[in-house]
Amino acid sequence: MNYHLNFNLIWRHFDKLWQGLILSLELAVLSILIGAIIGLVLAIWYVSAGRVVRGVISAYVEFIRNVPLILLVYIVFYGIPTVVDFAYSATVSFVGTLSLYAGAYLVEVFRSGLEAVPRGQIDAGKAIGLTPLQRLLHVRLPTMARITLPALSNTFISLFKDTSVASVISVPELTYGAQWINFNTFRIVEVYIVTTVMYLVTGYGILFGLRLMERRFRAER
Amino acid sequence: MAAVLYALPFLLQGLLITLWVSALVVVFSLVIGVILGVGLVYGPRPVQWLVRLFSDCIRGIPILVLIFVVYYGSPPLGIAIDSFWAGVVALTLFKAAQVIEYARGAISSIPKGQMEAGKAIGLTFLQRLQSVIFPQAIRRFLPPWINGVTDAVKGSALISLLGVVDLMQSINEVIGRTYEAMPLYLLGAVIYFVINYSLSLTSRYVERRYAYIRD
Amino acid sequence: MDANERPLLKIEGLQKSFGQIDVLKGISMTVRKGEVVSIIGPSGSGKTTLLRCVNFLETYEHGSIQIAGQEVGFRDSSNRQRRGETDLARMRAETGMVFQSFNLFPHLTAAQNVMLGLVKVRKKSKQEAREIAEHWLTRVGLDHRIDNLPSELSGGQQQRVGIARAVAMEPKILLLDEITSALDPELVNEVLDVVRQLTEEGMTMLMVTHEIAFARDASNRIVFMDDGKVSAEGPPKELMAQAGSNERLDAFLSRFRTSHLH
Repeated sequence: MNYHLNFNLIWRHFDKLWQGLILSLELAVLSILIGAIIGLVLAIWYVSAGRVVRGVISAYVEFIRNVPLILLVYIVFYGIPTVVDFAYSATVSFVGTLSLYAGAYLVEVFRSGLEAVPRGQIDAGKAIGLTPLQRLLHVRLPTMARITLPALSNTFISLFKDTSVASVISVPELTYGAQWINFNTFRIVEVYIVTTVMYLVTGYGILFGLRLMERRFRAER
Repeated sequence: MAAVLYALPFLLQGLLITLWVSALVVVFSLVIGVILGVGLVYGPRPVQWLVRLFSDCIRGIPILVLIFVVYYGSPPLGIAIDSFWAGVVALTLFKAAQVIEYARGAISSIPKGQMEAGKAIGLTFLQRLQSVIFPQAIRRFLPPWINGVTDAVKGSALISLLGVVDLMQSINEVIGRTYEAMPLYLLGAVIYFVINYSLSLTSRYVERRYAYIRD
Repeated sequence: MDANERPLLKIEGLQKSFGQIDVLKGISMTVRKGEVVSIIGPSGSGKTTLLRCVNFLETYEHGSIQIAGQEVGFRDSSNRQRRGETDLARMRAETGMVFQSFNLFPHLTAAQNVMLGLVKVRKKSKQEAREIAEHWLTRVGLDHRIDNLPSELSGGQQQRVGIARAVAMEPKILLLDEITSALDPELVNEVLDVVRQLTEEGMTMLMVTHEIAFARDASNRIVFMDDGKVSAEGPPKELMAQAGSNERLDAFLSRFRTSHLH
């Protein structure tokens, strides 16, 4: 244990970590937005569809959930371009992967949210003469939103952590920045102390903020 | 197709490493997680705080970072650890934090009166755990825990980045030699899927079986 | 005669608070061997807390509780060093407790509920424990329910298993905590009948109850608790007679006067 901590080199390259953190957040935000759209569309489709569509949606969900994220990242970035003639950057590829990944988790969240809307509310909607689309927009979705908000927050935090996997295809997010400093300065312990703290502070900071928003949202209704 | 056939024995070896790592992680994390989970519920305040801190910290760090921290961080601190065990240690920490939460949830679902009735007939703490708490908590603990084993299997794919030739890495290496990326990735995906999907089905089955038991 | 002179349970100056709220404000009382003592009083007066202190389900700040001359939760009354886990378990086995909410172990059958303490604490063989369990379950009228799970029993039957579980351990004193409060009215009597039988056999009991008529008929003494203190006590008839001079006791008893007449 003769290791002497020296953070100077870390601070000199701190922009690698800082820029990385910003990119991690951007990746997470983009993925949850696209993922939420995928999830919501598929969830609404699922609850109103027949067995075939349900089967296809379930297959998508189960496939994504049961395969390691790193393999999905490889498939999209290295695999797909070998079979279709279509080029995209590592960052775009990762956002696509993480969105599909988020979508699979959010289908379940939204589906159970939709199904948790009490029968009586839907009947009340019918009774005052709302069309199915109106019932969806004005009765089911608002109630579902309230139920699913905590799960959405949790999913976002998970996605933020999962962005670290983008480093394996050299997307310069936070973990990539940490590895870069690790290999170039060998201040291994220091760089991981700083990186870990950055993940923890950001993750719990966001979670805290989201919980406050949830409480506000609930209070307003 | 030829590439896939050629690769099969090699992939099988990788699969065995994946299963071995997962098994070690599952067993170690079960023991550590249950002990710490009991500490979180019944321990004195300082123990509760420490376990809470441990669990929240580990769950706030990406698994990949955890793996790098253990692998690259140990040698400078004078701890010799190879890539295989670094992976096992990191994944065990990650899984243990999960198990702590499953155990806490399961234990706190049992009414307080159960512990008291155990006290009243003179059972010691360990006897109460063994005869009163655990037999009841297990049906709440098992389904999420079995399902959570998939996280160990999926997480283990990340130790390929340390050069451990697990299923993921054996796929990468075969692709490196044959340049047939897509068939091999998909084969890998199917293998992971079969393992993990069976685990989730088992979890659902156990949950449904226990759902019939009333208390 | 000597054994009867020294009380089996001796509580002195017991004080207990939950945070800012003082629940027990210096309780002193005794129970002699073979005596049945009922504690009555308005809710929130600290009756249940007192009972729970006796087998150290609750710890207390001041005072002492002794069973057969031994301090309950602490090594001795002067330095208040808490007993170790094993020691505490051994002490608790000396008292039996029946709970308001039964607290049967839902994963064990009636017999297994009774056997658990016998096997684990009294270190009896499974076979011997089973015989004892069958004996006591028969005594409480459940010989046909021995191998049923608690979820298959009615509330009254569950509580009778609770009693069997407690008395099978041959406790020095049996603590009953409002054992009929959670029961439907028509199930109350089957449980009280069992308790009455036990009193007739000389079991020492300390019970918290809302069944004033039962307390009057079955106890040697009644203790009236009010606001964390013993407000009045004595043999049932004497206590009832004190109502004239004790306003709080009078107010409390007046609620039961109508049922008294029966």
